[in-house]
Amino acid sequence: MLGVQQPWAGHAGVDRTVVRVEEKTRVADGVVTLTLAAPDGGRLPDWTPGAHVDLTLDNGLTRQYSLCGDRWDAHAYRVGVLLEPAGRGGSAYVHQQLAPGHVVGLGGPRNDFPLVPADSYLFVAGGIGITPILPMIVQAELLSADWRLIYGGRERRSMAFLDELAAHGDRVQVRPQDEHGLLDLPGFLGRPRPGTRVYGCGPAPLLAALERACAGWPPRTLHTERFVAAERGAPVRTTPFEVELHRSGRTVTVAPGTSVLEALAEAGVEVLSSCRQGTCGTCETTVLAGQPDHRDSLLDDEGRAAGDCMYPCVSRSCSDRLVLDL
Amino acid sequence: MTLTASPTDGLPVSDVDPFSHEVLEDPLPLHEQLREAGPVTYLSRYDVHALARYDEVHAALVDWQEFQSAAGVGLSNFRTEEPWRPPSLLLEADPPQHDAPRRVLTAVLGPRALRRLRERWAADAEELVDQVLAEGTEFDAVTALSQAFPLRVFPDAVGLGPDGRENLLPYGDHAFNAFGPSNDLVAQGAPRIAELSAWVGEQCQRESLAEEGFGAAIWAAADRGDITPQQAPLIVRSLLTAGVDTTVHGISAVLYAFASNPDQWARLRAEPALARVAFDEAIRWESPVQTFFRTTTTAVRIGDAVVPEGHKVLMFLAAANRDPRRWADPDAFDLGRDPSGHVGFGMGLHQCVGQHVARLEAESVLTALARRVARIELAGPTRRHHNNTLRAWGNLPMAVQPA
Repeated sequence: MLGVQQPWAGHAGVDRTVVRVEEKTRVADGVVTLTLAAPDGGRLPDWTPGAHVDLTLDNGLTRQYSLCGDRWDAHAYRVGVLLEPAGRGGSAYVHQQLAPGHVVGLGGPRNDFPLVPADSYLFVAGGIGITPILPMIVQAELLSADWRLIYGGRERRSMAFLDELAAHGDRVQVRPQDEHGLLDLPGFLGRPRPGTRVYGCGPAPLLAALERACAGWPPRTLHTERFVAAERGAPVRTTPFEVELHRSGRTVTVAPGTSVLEALAEAGVEVLSSCRQGTCGTCETTVLAGQPDHRDSLLDDEGRAAGDCMYPCVSRSCSDRLVLDL
Repeated sequence: MTLTASPTDGLPVSDVDPFSHEVLEDPLPLHEQLREAGPVTYLSRYDVHALARYDEVHAALVDWQEFQSAAGVGLSNFRTEEPWRPPSLLLEADPPQHDAPRRVLTAVLGPRALRRLRERWAADAEELVDQVLAEGTEFDAVTALSQAFPLRVFPDAVGLGPDGRENLLPYGDHAFNAFGPSNDLVAQGAPRIAELSAWVGEQCQRESLAEEGFGAAIWAAADRGDITPQQAPLIVRSLLTAGVDTTVHGISAVLYAFASNPDQWARLRAEPALARVAFDEAIRWESPVQTFFRTTTTAVRIGDAVVPEGHKVLMFLAAANRDPRRWADPDAFDLGRDPSGHVGFGMGLHQCVGQHVARLEAESVLTALARRVARIELAGPTRRHHNNTLRAWGNLPMAVQPA
């Protein structure tokens, strides 16, 4: 059925920067998956394999999770979350407190780990690093590319998605460390050959070993995903903030649940926009002061670090005050 | 048109030809009839379902899963018919094949990448407006401004050589005609198309392109492995096909809108920052790209009707952009309106990847013109240029009063 919505319904519309937890499922020792949906059940922003979302949890922590569901389902995201007892509390919160019905903040999706065209792919996953690889496998199949996966983990029962991977037969090598020892990367990769891309995601020591193993391969063969904890001067806020309009000298207050774009429109300041989900770039606005809370799919880390522009259809503020060139 | 209800499911049925010269001359009455007939109308002449209301058009545009593009975005169904040229890697592709080309072009044409062009294009526009005014205060705005400015800045930005740029407009015109039925407009363009295609094909090669520019940036992406070397020339071709005629007609649309709404011109002069809004309002109001097709990947229920799998659906972007269910006073060209969310550039993952380029070109021209021209009015009979997909002006005689 054609999902007719009213995406233009202005401030009466839904908050595009939150998602609701629909399901939480334990899929391996220490791993749960979350199924996330828009609060109104509408379409979620499109994504490509390798993409991640930022989830802002109730305890104020923002964490990045690779999307590992089916992109043909526009109404649900799936992420896998490993319990990391030594972590800063994000995974513990997801495992112990987050429950179906809870609403969490959403940023993105963004993709810093895109699948580039190739004749064949070699996928290397360690532990929870399997998550971005799952949709890549679907993609490789659809593109009729040759592919193989080697998947390591501490022990078999800690390794998620083995059931889904079983369908692929001997393209997938499952290698729990307690049974097989460390992954034999040189053996898996074989001789260097052009037209092949190696995609790796997992713990730092695995990625370091993979880099060494790919040293003799043509340049740009290896693609890896490294999540760097987002360093923010201030945590994501759940309280109102002020937007100062530099050219007119006016100040507009943005309440939680209202986008900067909507707050500006209500104050009679129209900023041209189009997609209203942080993907098209039409509403790009120059930031003169303050620290934006970027929720768009457009800016890469470099663009975010520059801090000189934002997309007010979805992005908000970490600081009490933002000064925009409007 | 004759509008009847289908005996089986009550679906409105029409035998209208949306690509007839009568409709192309003035499509607004048909758009209104289709909008008011219901959420979907069956067009018996071409065996397609038509969407003309904003909500349905928007929903179909964003739903790439059920409304695919890889079977062609014109009437021709690539599942059963041979395309007239190798399909576009962007417009006529679905995920996952669509992903890599789109990602590359989004970066090459993104707002951040265009910052370095802003000052240069502003200066180019000032120079062009000065030249035009130096020659007189009456001119054909289509040739003097709408065509002159994009043809001055866009081929340079792509990195094309100096020769053969006059081929760009007829090539684009034919490509957009080819989305319609194979009527007299397509036949008109056919004799030259082999020659034009050959020229375009040559310009897409690495050695034809300047060392800097959109074209070189696309080839650099192939060197990085983000796309394949086989994909690069076809992605350059997309720029040359879709980047010129559309912008020309968009600029004509906004100039015509101002010439026929002098109060809005006064408003722009008082508030030059409205140039961006003015262009998007004109895109909403005139919709230079009137229509696109999709093909259903499954049986899709729209309202009370079910469109079968593998069926062509014709989306009237122009009708959606004037749907009174969505827009207050939709026929007014009004700078006080927020035109955000119009579907003149499409919506969703196929949304016009060059929209920021078009906006920057139009903003440059309007800003320069508003600085030098106090009044702008039509100075003679105007003539439409008919195209199966585009709404265009053949000429726009204008008289201006310098400021």
